[in-house]
Amino acid sequence: MADAIPISITVNGRTRRGMGEPRLTLADFLREQAMCTGVHLGCEHGVCGSCTVLMDGEAVRSCLLFAVQAEGADITTVEGLAPDDETLHPVQDAFRDCHGLQCGFCTPGFVVSVAAFLEANPDPSDAEIRHGIAGNLCRCTGYQGIVAATRQAAAVMRGGDSE
Amino acid sequence: MSNTAAAARYVGQSVKRLEDPRLVTGHGRYVDDIVLPGMLHVAFGRSDLARATITRLDTAAAEALDGVHAVFTAPSLNSHNDSLRASLHPPESPAPPANMLADGDVRFVGDPYVMVVAESRYIAEDALELVDVEFEPLDPVVDYETAADSDNHVHPELGSNLAHDLPVPNPAQQEAFENAAHIITETWHQHRQTNVPMETRGIVASWQPHAGVMEVWASTQSPHEMQLVGARVLGIGEHKMVVHFGDVGGGFGQKMFLGREDMAVLVAAKLLASPVKWIEDRRENLLASNHARIEQMTVSMAVDEDGNFLAADLDQLEDDGAYPLGGPATPGAMATMLYPGPYRMGPVSWRARTVYTNTCGRGAYRGPWQMESVAREQMIDRVAREIGMDPLELRRRNVLKPDDLPYQVSTGLFFETTISPEQTLEQAAEMIGYDDFRAEQAKAREQGRYLGLGMALYIEPTSMGMGPLGTESAMLRVEVDGHVNVFMGTGSHGQSLETTMAQLVADELGVRPEDVTLHQGHGSGYGFGTGGSRSAVIAGSAARAAASGVRDKVVAIAAHLMEASADDLEVADGVISVKGTPTASMTLAQVAATAYQNSDALPPGTEAGLEHTARYKAPPNTHSNACHICTCELDPGTGKVTLLRYVVSEDCGVLINPMVVDGQIAGGVVQGIGGVLYEHCVYDESGNPLASTFLDYLVPTAAEVPELETGHVVVPSDTPGGHKGTGEGGAIGAPPAVFNAVADALASFGVYPNRQPLDPNAVLALIASASDS
Repeated sequence: MADAIPISITVNGRTRRGMGEPRLTLADFLREQAMCTGVHLGCEHGVCGSCTVLMDGEAVRSCLLFAVQAEGADITTVEGLAPDDETLHPVQDAFRDCHGLQCGFCTPGFVVSVAAFLEANPDPSDAEIRHGIAGNLCRCTGYQGIVAATRQAAAVMRGGDSE
Repeated sequence: MSNTAAAARYVGQSVKRLEDPRLVTGHGRYVDDIVLPGMLHVAFGRSDLARATITRLDTAAAEALDGVHAVFTAPSLNSHNDSLRASLHPPESPAPPANMLADGDVRFVGDPYVMVVAESRYIAEDALELVDVEFEPLDPVVDYETAADSDNHVHPELGSNLAHDLPVPNPAQQEAFENAAHIITETWHQHRQTNVPMETRGIVASWQPHAGVMEVWASTQSPHEMQLVGARVLGIGEHKMVVHFGDVGGGFGQKMFLGREDMAVLVAAKLLASPVKWIEDRRENLLASNHARIEQMTVSMAVDEDGNFLAADLDQLEDDGAYPLGGPATPGAMATMLYPGPYRMGPVSWRARTVYTNTCGRGAYRGPWQMESVAREQMIDRVAREIGMDPLELRRRNVLKPDDLPYQVSTGLFFETTISPEQTLEQAAEMIGYDDFRAEQAKAREQGRYLGLGMALYIEPTSMGMGPLGTESAMLRVEVDGHVNVFMGTGSHGQSLETTMAQLVADELGVRPEDVTLHQGHGSGYGFGTGGSRSAVIAGSAARAAASGVRDKVVAIAAHLMEASADDLEVADGVISVKGTPTASMTLAQVAATAYQNSDALPPGTEAGLEHTARYKAPPNTHSNACHICTCELDPGTGKVTLLRYVVSEDCGVLINPMVVDGQIAGGVVQGIGGVLYEHCVYDESGNPLASTFLDYLVPTAAEVPELETGHVVVPSDTPGGHKGTGEGGAIGAPPAVFNAVADALASFGVYPNRQPLDPNAVLALIASASDS
């Protein structure tokens, strides 16, 4: 066990200072020291995608990073996507509209992944959507609602019809 | 029920889920989000050997590690339990030894033998490295087909690896076989899979000394099972076992019962008088939670010259593993009993056996007895091939038609008049465009492409009304401000009950769904929880009845206050008004305020307050039915199977929320697709599990599954809302439909699979076996 060292990370626009051993994962830092319990741990080996967050705008698996690797970085979690307490992000809205979630455990990772995916590819084909979200696992929905939600969110974010 | 009940405004609508705003923003409250002052963390040390004697177990170094509060082994933990029995498991029935930690020997890879409780999970896992343990390996029992004959006993206490052997011969079946034109026999194998909820198991337990109360937050499908079993384990009254229910990240049967680890955490929390948390990691979940579908059924079917089914003989064998979750069960008996399904099958003889092996214990997995549909539907395709008849035509010939209903099955089942197998068969055939596909398939074959079509038709016994499963209750209270709280014994973990129960209450009471809040866990009346496709019918009927009781009271009070006749009043969206005179109205909040705070104004003899409790007892079964048809293309070069289309026609009676029904079906279907094509808990010959990560255990992603097309046939059941259960169906119909599609594509090679998974290796091996012969 190594000594704890100070860690400072910007999370959803606020600077979070904490202490952690070098082995502390970013996911555990976010959950336990930044109070972002929307970061979910589904496998802790980088496959399921439930812990996905944006690090300096890029989707990363917070279970595969140490908190110290994010020192000074700008992290956005699922809690940081909605503009205010009354309004949902278009991706969150679409997940609700299209029944893109059931138990909701994988949902934060999906929502963050889809938001990042649509930033990079605002007008994806269905095949691109399926490929784009294949890095996240869901066991409840059979992905039907998630694909539909991604389609809807893409349209809304482009400023088109929400179907 | 009140004769002035509001018209259905919300039932039947795809109402957006009340759960979702918190869940899509990361503000759900799952068990791992619970943090208590002074909370300690658990890590279990688990066996790396399938069967071995523990020759040395020294925990001194682990205990000495800074931050470790306790290290438990069998002697320090097991003696503290009263009974580990699941509520569905009769006390007198033989079972593996009741222990939480392995005592003296380990019986499968993953068997917990030591439990560290420390200030963090990191430290607890460090301490496990310091546990000094030695094992003397023993020959394990890995192959369930030969387990019953092995002299090595998984549980020496039981003296045999045979857990159950239930033979039910039927002389009429033997007679029918004597004169049959065709008797076709095959052994159908399923393979080891696991539930894989995205949230693993987990529990937080907090003991309050002197109060004698155990307070629990758990990832469970059944908070009352947690309460009852927990109370037994701890030797405390049920009223001292307080189980909070938050968000639960899926279960699919895995969280219906307490695991040995859950019980160990309860005992440790009491012994240490500190809050204790255990969150299972994914490796533990894949190796040591529960496995399922390790089974085979040998089927012989007698058929006459015209393809009419005459009789069937079944022999089912299933692997219970070492410590079956929820106790040793006999799903094989259910599978054989249900085998006739939606057909005139004739007399059936059956035998169902279950054996113990040194592997992860069996547990319920969505449609725990779906082997009946797997074996039957795959068998029917085989029969069709053997007698040269189209598989759709063979089903049409034998399917139960409306004129056949009600129908007494030879195995003891009874089908009510409200099933519709023929209608769903025809709807699915039309949706897929059966004849067109056959033409396309023939054309593709000429071009050297291999297409296949598979179908599966089944009846699912939902909402079983027996024993501990038979009832659910709803305690409904309109609060002073007019909001409706309903307390129920369910355990929604993805089924959308916060929304669907609110829809039922909304229609019955005359409010909006968002005016209704569902509370589960502590404070609710006993219920078995959510599983077994039971919540819509059993819990839903209780919710409806509770709302109806309150509505009667609301109308009576409003009539008195408004000086109107109760018969002239209607209640909608929380407003009570005189029919045809909407200006004469008052709100539910006004009625509630009167009922609680101005009770002298109530009609004479009216009890103050605005609440009602109802308990619904379900009939023995409420059957739903469905037909799945899918098409695939098989690449003979790589062995890869691509699903082209997938249609489901189902009858779950009156749909409460079509979006939710379609979602339940889709989830089950994709689990079935995964089961047949990708997922496999592989063990090697020594009993080592080889699929311990998501890189080895392949859950389907969005890239592997087709768009689902769903059709609905609506024949209302005889239960109060006309609903039928639908949670498990997708996972029952999909495996045989997918299997049959692949088998159809392989038929061009003259090979006939009889086991899963049909992954690329298996498909290539089958094609190679054709070229060899």
